[in-house]
Amino acid sequence: MAQWRALLLPGDMMVVAAGLVVCAYAVLSLWRGGAPDGAVVRAGGRVVAEVDLNRERRIDVPGPLGVTVIEIQPGRARVASDPGPRQYCVRQGWLTQAGAVAICAPNEVSLSLTGRAADYDSLNY
Amino acid sequence: MTPSTIELTPTAEDRRIARHAAAAIVLTVAEAAIPLPLPGVKPGLANIVTLVVLARWGWREAVWVSLLRVLAGSLLLGQFFAPGFFLSLSGAVASLLVLGLAMHLPRRWFGPVSHSILAAFAHIGAQLVVARLWLVPHDGVFYLLPVFALAAVVFGLVNGLVAARLLAELPSSPAAGSTPVSATPQPGPLDREADHPER
Repeated sequence: MAQWRALLLPGDMMVVAAGLVVCAYAVLSLWRGGAPDGAVVRAGGRVVAEVDLNRERRIDVPGPLGVTVIEIQPGRARVASDPGPRQYCVRQGWLTQAGAVAICAPNEVSLSLTGRAADYDSLNY
Repeated sequence: MTPSTIELTPTAEDRRIARHAAAAIVLTVAEAAIPLPLPGVKPGLANIVTLVVLARWGWREAVWVSLLRVLAGSLLLGQFFAPGFFLSLSGAVASLLVLGLAMHLPRRWFGPVSHSILAAFAHIGAQLVVARLWLVPHDGVFYLLPVFALAAVVFGLVNGLVAARLLAELPSSPAAGSTPVSATPQPGPLDREADHPER
């Protein structure tokens, strides 16, 4: 074993390590099933915003009852506040999976995450 | 037999290339008998010969040995001009280009293991590009990249270590023109075939 070890030069170890880093990076970037890459916000059935999930931002969406606030952060999104009576969409919390949807029915606003490998093809109500 | 009007006199270099190519071809054929878990993941044992030739005889001879191996290996396996042949060829060409650069890395720090792993990555890179452009026109092929990358590291490491060991243990006297690889078969028909490139 030591005989074989002697054949490994310092630079070789670095190349091996770099190769393993490339492997890890490839796994993380190519095999992330269900990670979202964008968010679609609809109001009254119309798309009002289509954003990527790379940077933080807030989107104010007006509806019949008032303003619904959508909050976007890297890799996730949520309905931060909504004028609806039951607050279902707010209590859903952060959406992190592609295909996840939060619907604020009273204010006619919906937030859905898009991605390559969404769990659903479409949702119907 | 009518004496040929054209006399080809192989030089010592020709014979050396032919011997090394023959050794590489034997490894290619032997490797084809190993069952593989996934198409495309291969140990690439023949590259050990390429690495040894590169270290001892330089890049030009390594190119000859590698390309002759791809050509004759595919002929023997019935793969000539089949998709697998073009994948092998693209991988071999990319590896050789990277080896041509990698061999200039400082010898004190970077040995055959580095060369082997870098060449293995070039190999899978070129193969994936060819596969994506031509055979599987869909980004789905890149889904296998992590598997290929891991195979490149593991087999690159193993092949590089074997090549380094061979280089360390075999006598370095180039005078005899003897082959450093003991697995070389009788220089038979393959030898002559490999000699054909006119030079």
